Amino acid sequence: MSERPEARPGPSAWRRLYVIARPRLTRGTLFVTVLAVLLGFALATQLRANRGQPLEGLREDELVRVLDDVTQNGQRLNGELRDLERTRDSLQGNETDLAAALAAAKDRADSLSILAGTIPATGPGVRIVITDPEHKIGASLLLDTIQELRDAGAEAIQIGSARVVTATYFTDADGTVRVGTQPLTSPYTILAIGEPATMASAMDIPGGVVESVHRLGGEATVASLDTVDITGIVTAKAPVFARPDTGTPSATK
Amino acid sequence: MIPALGLAVGILIGVLVKPDVPVWLLPYLPIAVVAALDAVFGGIRAALDGIFDDKVFVVSFLSNVVVAALIVFLGDQLGVGAQLSTGVVVVLGVRIFSNVASIRRHLFKA
Repeated sequence: MSERPEARPGPSAWRRLYVIARPRLTRGTLFVTVLAVLLGFALATQLRANRGQPLEGLREDELVRVLDDVTQNGQRLNGELRDLERTRDSLQGNETDLAAALAAAKDRADSLSILAGTIPATGPGVRIVITDPEHKIGASLLLDTIQELRDAGAEAIQIGSARVVTATYFTDADGTVRVGTQPLTSPYTILAIGEPATMASAMDIPGGVVESVHRLGGEATVASLDTVDITGIVTAKAPVFARPDTGTPSATK
Repeated sequence: MIPALGLAVGILIGVLVKPDVPVWLLPYLPIAVVAALDAVFGGIRAALDGIFDDKVFVVSFLSNVVVAALIVFLGDQLGVGAQLSTGVVVVLGVRIFSNVASIRRHLFKA
């Protein structure tokens, strides 16, 4: 910053500016104007170029630095990507395991429910109709029939409308047969799901159910069916005394 | 007055034409513009000092631009283009500031 004193005093500065700014047409003014036009053109061009693509105006070493930055960023992001992919894969693996475990558990629950008689069941099987015109057929024969069916591989059994499960019992009372508390009337209908041929032949063997019923004056007909629907269900009771034994020795106290 | 109008016309042309800067010119154009601005402020100051001369202005304008571009070009060849162009911009910036300060003292007495 130069600090030299003013060449001329006061108000004449503005006056001089006015004199300079006055339009004149000389060769010098022409040159100066041409240069001014060029300067304005270059200025506008540079401003536009700078705004358009900022990388275009950079030198080689600056570009190398920018490239390095971008490469480093890319590597960092790639690492992050790999981490996230690993996390995603492990989460997906967990999900698959979980789904498989869930499906297996559901399968187990289904088979146990059918065995326990808490859900309806359907499948191939037999329908046995026993008529008892002389009222001689009692609980023991029906129990034998159920036992015979179980031996033949029946998976679900229903007599009348009552599902037969482990807790089912037959009693003779007042000349009628009761299954549980429910009285049964002739003809007795027994539905069983299982291998139809096996069960049918189990009924037909000498000394078997069909022959026993015949001896008592009744008639037993066995029909093999492609679809037997067992709709009777029982409500599962939670055991009061029995507990699952996990195999720990403390059970024998 | 007429040169100021010329400057405005030049800016207008640049905005309207939207020219693409040739790649070889890219590093030098900004430096050249700053050098030209330095010459312009120098010219205004000289006018206020009462020593303005058309010929001197034209020659200083052109030489400023050419020398600035040459220095940057030389720097690029030597591998210090970025630093040298920074140096040129700093020097020209200081000159512009001192010229503007002088103009300010002429016009506002401050």
